[in-house]
Formats: sequence, structure tokens, C-alpha cells
Amino acid sequence: MADLSSAPIPPVGPDDHVRGAGEEGLIVYADLGCPDCAGAWQRLNEGPGRLVFRHFPVKSKHPRSPALHAAAEAAGLQGRFFEMVDSLYADRGRVDDPHLWERAERFGLDLDRFQADRRAEGTEARLKRDFRSGIRAGVAGTPAVFDACTLVAVREREF
Amino acid sequence: MIAVGDQAPDFTLRNQDGEEVSLSDYRGHKVMLVFYPGDFSPVCGDQFSIYQEVKPEIEATGVELVGISVDSFFAHKAFQEKLGFDTTLLSDFEPKGQVARAYGSYVEKMGFANRTLVLVDEEGKVAWTYESPNPGEFPGANVIFDALS
Repeated sequence: MADLSSAPIPPVGPDDHVRGAGEEGLIVYADLGCPDCAGAWQRLNEGPGRLVFRHFPVKSKHPRSPALHAAAEAAGLQGRFFEMVDSLYADRGRVDDPHLWERAERFGLDLDRFQADRRAEGTEARLKRDFRSGIRAGVAGTPAVFDACTLVAVREREF
Repeated sequence: MIAVGDQAPDFTLRNQDGEEVSLSDYRGHKVMLVFYPGDFSPVCGDQFSIYQEVKPEIEATGVELVGISVDSFFAHKAFQEKLGFDTTLLSDFEPKGQVARAYGSYVEKMGFANRTLVLVDEEGKVAWTYESPNPGEFPGANVIFDALS
């Protein structure tokens, strides 16, 4: 069984999804089905330095989230990860499978490969890896933004 | 707040289906009581949604999660259905907050329980507790796994 006890977030690795250059920047645990993440996405991308995206799909709250994260991961395997993420956050009303296929075609992806990759065990394992690292770091809502290994931004709410 | 080593006060409350559930029903098993402010609050929704994602891993340790708030069992059922989770929820409805008071979790000025975790062991004793600094923050699932490790 996976160890889910407390641990700092893992350092940025070669297979992380990174936008921008440099060694400094933010790491965000985000849910592609989450409206708050969609609202914050543009601002997160305007920050200085690089932005690292980690998967944190909360299926019980956003049932389509796992499928959207798998689609982004599959697009990433063809070099279009952030294009898919941008598009999913920009148009949250079109997230069914035909809409994902339409995006894949628009981004010039090999559709058969996209379909296979988003259902592959490796993709599921990749999503779980990110999710579990967020759980271990105490992520309790999305977006959860870390600067280095320190949680720097969460939504403040009364209860 | 109830102290580690104390006998956990027994109670009988209705669950989300209107069935009576007693703490003593869990004797011989560990149970994590999750006191929370109220159904449908944004933070409570996130709390149970996150816990749902790791519920199999929690249950694999032999622990059952049980939520308790002052809401009616009808509200509990709607809360579960709205957010798609299946953690048992108990209604500390009348007398309002009586169980939360017995565990030292009730916040008089707010009229509901603070976000509190109480691990009750197989013999019905309090094995571990956690109280959030305020109702706006909930303990991440990692806190539960720390307690169980």
C-alpha cells in the first residue's frame, strides 16, 4: 500500500510538466475540473519564472477530472500538454470525449495514439503519483500553490 | 478537547439513512470520528471529497471514518449525494451538538463543532486527537495517515 503520511513535495524532476524557463518558480497542484483552478490559471501563468503543473484530480467532486487529466497527460506525450490544459480551463463547458477528440485534432495529435495513451496504465500511474505527493504534502483543496517546497497560496474561507 | 487515554463517550445518533448508529457498534474496530461544522460548507465539501479519494487506503489500515455534524440526517444524505462520497455521516441534531460537546469539539459562539479528528481504538478509548486552528482549515489526509502509521 502506498505511504500517504506527511512528506514534502518532491523536487521538480525531468518528467514534470514545466512551462517557462529558469530554476525558480511555482509548483501548482491543480484539478482540471475545478472552477477555482480555471479562474486562477491565467494569473498563475503571469508569474515570474517557471510554472510546474502537478495533477490533483478530485473525482468525487469533479467526476470528469480523471478523464481530463488523462487527456492532458496523453497530449503531453505528443508535446502538447499545456495546450490541452489551457484549452480545458478556457472552455469548461466542452469536456466530453468528443470535445477532447476535437482538441486533439486541432493540436495536430495522432488521434489513435492519443486515445491509447489516455487509457494506458502508465498514464493512470502518473496521475496517481502526482496526486499522492499532493496528499502527502497536505494539499486540502485546489489550486494549491507551492514556492519551492512551501505552500504559499490556498483559498481562505470561513468554514 | 477530550484527552488521549480517556474512554470515548458512547452515543447513539442517526446516520444519513435515518438508522441509529452507536459508537459501541464499532467496538473491536478502530474508528476516526470527524467532527465538522456543517453540510455543504465549502471547506467541509473539500474535506470529505479529499478523504473520499483516499478512503480505500484509510480503510486498509482497519479504520472507518465517521463524520459528525449538527445537521439533520436528511441534509447528510443530500450532502453525500451532491458530492459523491459515501463516508458515514451522523446527525448530532437534537439535543443540538450534544456529542460534540461531550468530546470538547463544540464551538458555542458558532453553534457547530470545530473541525476535529478523534481516533477511537478497539476498546473504545481515545487513541489520538487533532483540532484545527479554526473551522476554515481542515486537516489534510496526510494527518490521518500520520496518526495511523
